[in-house]
Amino acid sequence: MSNEAVLHGVASSHDAHGDHHHEHHHHETFISKYVFSMDHKMIAKQFLITGMVWAVIGGLMSVLFRLQLGYPDQSFPWLEDLLGKWWAEKGHITAQGYYALVTTHGTVLVFFVLTAGLSGTFANFLIPLQVGARDMASPFMNMLSYWFFFAASIVMLSSIFVETGPFSGGWTAYPPLSALGDASPGSKTGMDLWLVAMALFVVSSLLGGLNYIATILNMRTKGMSMTRLPLTIWALFFTAVLGVLSFPVLLSGFILLIFDRNFGTSFYLSDIFVNGVGALPNEGGSAILFQHLFWFLGHPEVYIILLPAMGMVSEILSVNARKPIFGYMAMIGSLFAIAILAFLVWAHHMFVTGLNPFLGSIFVLLTLLIAVPSAIKVFNWLTTLWRGNIRFTPAMMFAIGFVSLFISGGLTGIWLGNSALDIHLHDTYFVIAHFHIVMGVASMFGMFAGVYHWYPKMYGRYLNNTLGYIHFWITMIGAYLIFWPMHYEGLAGMPRRYYDYSIWESFKNFVELNRFISTVAMIVFAVQILFLLNFFYSIWKGRKVTSQNPWGSNTLEWTAPIHPGHGNWPGEIPEVHRWAYDYGKDGREFIPQTEAVGADESHH
Amino acid sequence: MMATTMNPNEPKRIHPHKFTLWVAMGSICMMFAGLTSAYIVKKNQANFQEFDLPKIFWYSTFVILLSSLTVQLAVAAFKAREMGRYKKLITVTALLGFVFAALQVTGFKDLSNHGIQFLGAGSNAAASFLLVIVGLHMLHMAGGVIVLLITFVRAFATKTRNYSSMPIEIVSVYWHFVDVLWLYLLVFFIWIR
Repeated sequence: MSNEAVLHGVASSHDAHGDHHHEHHHHETFISKYVFSMDHKMIAKQFLITGMVWAVIGGLMSVLFRLQLGYPDQSFPWLEDLLGKWWAEKGHITAQGYYALVTTHGTVLVFFVLTAGLSGTFANFLIPLQVGARDMASPFMNMLSYWFFFAASIVMLSSIFVETGPFSGGWTAYPPLSALGDASPGSKTGMDLWLVAMALFVVSSLLGGLNYIATILNMRTKGMSMTRLPLTIWALFFTAVLGVLSFPVLLSGFILLIFDRNFGTSFYLSDIFVNGVGALPNEGGSAILFQHLFWFLGHPEVYIILLPAMGMVSEILSVNARKPIFGYMAMIGSLFAIAILAFLVWAHHMFVTGLNPFLGSIFVLLTLLIAVPSAIKVFNWLTTLWRGNIRFTPAMMFAIGFVSLFISGGLTGIWLGNSALDIHLHDTYFVIAHFHIVMGVASMFGMFAGVYHWYPKMYGRYLNNTLGYIHFWITMIGAYLIFWPMHYEGLAGMPRRYYDYSIWESFKNFVELNRFISTVAMIVFAVQILFLLNFFYSIWKGRKVTSQNPWGSNTLEWTAPIHPGHGNWPGEIPEVHRWAYDYGKDGREFIPQTEAVGADESHH
Repeated sequence: MMATTMNPNEPKRIHPHKFTLWVAMGSICMMFAGLTSAYIVKKNQANFQEFDLPKIFWYSTFVILLSSLTVQLAVAAFKAREMGRYKKLITVTALLGFVFAALQVTGFKDLSNHGIQFLGAGSNAAASFLLVIVGLHMLHMAGGVIVLLITFVRAFATKTRNYSSMPIEIVSVYWHFVDVLWLYLLVFFIWIR
């Protein structure tokens, strides 16, 4: 009850009986329960489902541009019927449509799916439940966080339908393409909407992040010291810290961009000559300045995406290996190290912008240092699995898949972090392959693992296992078949973002390989639809959860009722006596955190 | 913790809303750190206009410092339950906020009269930066004024009585923060030139 006591004043006699008033069901309308909800569990579901909608849109976009890359000569008349002339004239994806597709795909997947959909969902759902709190520090701000995200979604969605198309200068929005309306069709209204949507998104992330940090640090239940927290919470904590410290810098970069676009300032724009317009009046702006501000967020953003997946994977691996997580403190330490280093490596995205080579060498060193905490985490996951009594649930499969992808994608990071190699590899398909595996697919796997694992807690029903296994295997094999060949293309120098490779003598030989990649991408996309069917079918028709703790897990969320109300626990919030990882201890399979330490118990 | 926070001898934990404010202030700091470091980067490149800050910024600095004092006195008055004095003090604080904003705007008019162009063709990034950074600071000030006005309305409401000093404490912390932020910006602009 302490949190209520702190929030509403300690001294009043009312609070002495405060434990009971949560059992009364306050009147809830449809609007207050499902729409403008302040219950963190409902907000989590709102984030998840909005994220899913975006994942379908963003994924479908990748299918469309893969269609162009796989079949550059072929015409698909139905595409024009479906999308119209602007996107697909005479059945070909147009060049402007192609650039709009890759740009929106990137923006949507990075921010709307893997930031809001992933950390928005699980930070909201798991933080109060796993630290033992009734709700977030400020449920109202939490609600605002979702609705700012929703508003950002609407604006971004509307940009797809404007006459000049959505922004098409790449998800990084480098000026001058982003700062000059005359630079391309997509730089006009589409870019204005893109900026508005992203500004709203930053506000949403900040409101969310502030709440997550305050809840984790201030609202833990009795006995829940920081070193008894599950690793999910630690990871979500560092994620929130990264977001709170780096998103404002992105916002300041955007504000300067807005001034350059609309008020004629020269932060990023210099005296550029635009075809058909003439020389710009701007003087002395530096486009590189935007890149610095952008990547100061952009790199931490990678970890904002990845850390929640790491946290959930740590938890799921331990629960399903029926073993304590290996190196709990090392896991926290490596999360901390990654969070610090995340702020010190942004210039490795800018090795070929004319960066001073000496400065570059420092960024190489700091970048390669990330391999140390990453390796610590990988070895700890592997040693957690080692001789475990593994239950191969779909969640566990995805968690193991995450480890595999993180290793594969992480190793190519060592190549790209090297400024000399980067001269050859930058802006090629090697980069595409690297970040899609290590950040894109790996984080999606973390998200899937989380959804399969906590679905019973979210909806009181199970997802269908068979469909889960089909989903896993096809996605896993498909991910490697899509991105592995891209490494070869990149090493051969094939640049990213080109519209048609078949007209280049040097890349003609990759037409068949591109077609293969496109085919697999379509199959993998179809399987994600299968997952969505499973998800929505199971909400209403899935097998019912009958026990409070179906996975035999130690953490607090499984001590709440199967269908927890707003407030999570009827009666008192449970007290915590031990860390979250007492699995296979003293001959017992698992010992929940709420159980007092026995007199004759061994130390872990 | 159930029992422990009931115990008056227990060290008092920070109010979650107050803590959230501290994190938010860290976040705002990062925004201005981003802008001022962009300023440094830009300053070291060619074609960066040099000009002096308007004198009137010293008056606005005095006003904002004074408003910090009044908001602190308001907290003290609230805690002493001297509601009359409290109402007067928050009114004065909000007014000082408006005076600060007016002085800042006058400062920019002054610069503009001396031929410094902030926006549009022919503007220099040095002047634009000043406008953006000081403008954003004023926006944050405006946020403080709005919250103060809400507190103001609540202080004059007769239906409910509020005995928790937490809202006004949170407002005062934020108000001091905006004050310190301005001092930082002023020192930064003077020192960097």
